[in-house]
Amino acid sequence: MSAIDTSTETDRSPLRELIAALGRSRTFLAGAAILLFWILCALFGRYFVPYDPLADDIINSLLPPSAEHWFGTDQLGRDVFSRVIVGSRDILTVAPLATVLATVLGTTLGLITGYFRGLVDDIISRIIEAFMAIPVVIVALLAIVALGPSTLTVITVIGLAFSPIIARTVRSAVLAERELDYVAAAKLRRENALYIMFGEILPNVLPPILVEATVRLGYAIFAVATLSFMGFGIQPPSPDWGLSVSTNYGMIGGGFWWTVLFDSLAIATLVVGVNLIADGVAGALDD
Amino acid sequence: MTDALAVERLSVAYRVGGRDRAVLRDVSFRVGRGEAYGLVGESGCGKSTVALTAVRYLPRAGRITAGRVTMDGEDVTALDRDQLLHLRAHTVSMVYQDPGKALNPTLRIGKQVAEIFMLAGASQTQAQERAAEILRRVRISDPKRVMERYAHQLSGGMQQRVAIAMALAKDPALLILDEPTTGLDATVEAEVLDLIVQLRREFGTSILFISHNLAVVAKMCDRVGVLYAGMLVEEGPTAELFNMPRHPYTVALLRCLPRAGERKDHNRLDTIPGTLPAPGAKITGCPFTDRCALADDRCRRELPPLIDLGGRFARCHYHERAASLPRQTPAEVRLPTAHPDAAPVLEINRLNKTFRSGDHALRAVADVSLAIGAGETLGLVGESGSGKTTFARLLLGLLPPDQGGVVRLDAKPLPPLLEARTEDQVKALQIVFQNPDSALNRAHSVRRIIGRALSRLGGLSGDALRTRLLDLIQSVRLSERHLTVKPRQLSGGLKQRVAIARAFAGEPRLVVCDEPTSALDVSVQAAILNLLADLQAERQVSYIFISHDLGVVRYLSDKIAVLYLGRIMELGSSERVFDGPHHPYTEALLSAVPRLEADQPSRIRLVGEIPSASNPPSGCVFHTRCPRKLGAICEEKEPPFVEEEAGHSLRCHIPLAELVKLQGKPL
Repeated sequence: MSAIDTSTETDRSPLRELIAALGRSRTFLAGAAILLFWILCALFGRYFVPYDPLADDIINSLLPPSAEHWFGTDQLGRDVFSRVIVGSRDILTVAPLATVLATVLGTTLGLITGYFRGLVDDIISRIIEAFMAIPVVIVALLAIVALGPSTLTVITVIGLAFSPIIARTVRSAVLAERELDYVAAAKLRRENALYIMFGEILPNVLPPILVEATVRLGYAIFAVATLSFMGFGIQPPSPDWGLSVSTNYGMIGGGFWWTVLFDSLAIATLVVGVNLIADGVAGALDD
Repeated sequence: MTDALAVERLSVAYRVGGRDRAVLRDVSFRVGRGEAYGLVGESGCGKSTVALTAVRYLPRAGRITAGRVTMDGEDVTALDRDQLLHLRAHTVSMVYQDPGKALNPTLRIGKQVAEIFMLAGASQTQAQERAAEILRRVRISDPKRVMERYAHQLSGGMQQRVAIAMALAKDPALLILDEPTTGLDATVEAEVLDLIVQLRREFGTSILFISHNLAVVAKMCDRVGVLYAGMLVEEGPTAELFNMPRHPYTVALLRCLPRAGERKDHNRLDTIPGTLPAPGAKITGCPFTDRCALADDRCRRELPPLIDLGGRFARCHYHERAASLPRQTPAEVRLPTAHPDAAPVLEINRLNKTFRSGDHALRAVADVSLAIGAGETLGLVGESGSGKTTFARLLLGLLPPDQGGVVRLDAKPLPPLLEARTEDQVKALQIVFQNPDSALNRAHSVRRIIGRALSRLGGLSGDALRTRLLDLIQSVRLSERHLTVKPRQLSGGLKQRVAIARAFAGEPRLVVCDEPTSALDVSVQAAILNLLADLQAERQVSYIFISHDLGVVRYLSDKIAVLYLGRIMELGSSERVFDGPHHPYTEALLSAVPRLEADQPSRIRLVGEIPSASNPPSGCVFHTRCPRKLGAICEEKEPPFVEEEAGHSLRCHIPLAELVKLQGKPL
């Protein structure tokens, strides 16, 4: 009998290796800490905030930050601190859902265009490019005007608007994968295209999808905040950040900066946090 | 006089995961002035680390833990930054495996080469002249033209010449060649090796030659050191070491190579069981103990010293018995019963493939006709670019052939494309790819890879599938514990076994083996070749075996087809094609192969590269490089493909009788 060379079963699975690398990445840990903070606020904020974020208190309106109201109060006398903490809830529901929609749709389109190439690719890719040429906000506004503002519309619109970008990333990864011999081997056992795309190729292009999806999440947060600011996104009386900035920014001229600053900072930290995570994931996958 | 390079008791470790892992252990050797010293060993034994340490180019995690390296009398390990730069700029040069990566893709060749002279203080015009001069010295006939080009516009052989020219430009005291011809075609390899031999004579440079290829080292070097697990296990003058090795590892390594005339039906290759100890593994006794049939308790307990045998050394307690190392694989074989009279499994008649892009037409496969019987192996040889892989893909239905050709499987016409073939036809033709990393889905477990093939091709499920799966992995000598792992957790040899198991899942009639062992070490290669021979004997499967390694092809093949620019130049039984008389192209291919045995009698060399298939030469496509060209007829008229004797066809204007005469004496 011929000899068996024993395997080198020392190394860990790619997933565990990724998790270990992320644990060493300071960028990722910083981003994760920020995001975790906001997630906790979204989930449990309403149980520990000092005031009801929706309760008007006209007598105490527009108070500057103080020991009683850390971030001051707004026009209607609502506690800004409580509103900022609880305001993370809507955006952290809408933006991730929109990203998931964009990722699922984009991945499917990317697999189809990258795998089939040829005419299918040409047609879908041109449509995608045309779509990408129109600014997201314009598309969103048109859709929202047509469908009426609702959370579902916002999710759908942002999901659709971001899917072409993910599709392009996936497509380029698939173009490299489809040339590998395991795809030829799959054809040589009469696998259909659906299985080859989703069963064979997809698991191997997950890393770039993960990075792209995280980056998109950052943009989605920004897009949701922008739409809310313009009044087409999350609707009152939600303490949503974009919405609050929108209702209060007229006040800056009057010196009531606290009504806007803390909501803006909240948006900024969340976007920065998610981008740090994206950088960390990309770095960990490169190692 | 000082040695060009002296390595004294060198130990190097890589720090991985917070732990030092020893990769070199107490290595000592020296390269004298004008000497060529070869370092051989399988992948992972530390060859390249020696080279990197010599020029202090270790990656950041690597560190010298003991010992010294002196180059030209200077202690390399004690140099500061500036001195180190000076050493690299003046004393030592390196040439690496992949010349495409060693050259700057954005600079013209002339500029890159001239830069070296300008660094040494020459003016621009002087530097240009000297660049042309050094390129001429590496036998580049038209240096001015080459200097105008970029690296990607040159062939691999030409790139390596430029890299060698650049290495020699500063007239170094030591030239380190790290696998300089691995990845080049045999014909180009021969050219580059010849060049190195000539240059060594001219420049008197000392050479440290690193290679996994024993035959190449045997041809190039005066003395050879054998590395195993980061230790020098044997050293000595080349001829002595290869003719009478005194370490069991060297003995075993040499037995893994198919010797001329050895064939699957009357001899099995020996193998080396087990694997190399992992880098950093704790080794108490002799590192080869676990894989050595001579080892006993003493070997396990105490590390043998490098024993002086009078001008040569061996690190073995039982060096005097090394030659009597028992075989690990019994030599006897079950004779495969090929039925040459039976109807062929696969008949190919005038198969063509033309790739078109715009106005360009590239004829990759031209009028190929042949037949393969049951249990028979057809060896397909030729340089890269000769159409071997395209031909294989045509047969498998992965590429559409041109109109007109006919392929028959078991006498029934085979639809050209996979989609049009019946399930049985798809099952009948399978492939083992060259690179298992590309061929096995890295996201899937071994169980899924083989299991899926069994369910799709074998139509099995449930218990039947499980039983068959276990049978199958057993027949490729894998064990059940391999099923749960992903390909990346397996060694190269094991991966290729998985790929073989997958190809055999549907009981194929014919399996295309596309360079299945070219990425493997020789000891692993031997085991895979034995496995393929066993499977063939058991199942009467036919192979189309594609390889650039003629020794391997000869070992496994019953029939050989020699391809050049998509055309079959010679087709015949293995003995006929190898023993001659052969086509001048076959002759050139054979004489390009470096051998361990003493110098081959006739040596002809091919000059230049294989012409582009999009613009093939007129007449006989081989006339531009043919060493036996007759004259105008070769340029004007394509020779017919004629069966010159029973079962032996050639495409050449020279009559067979004439070839016999010509090839009897050296050119």
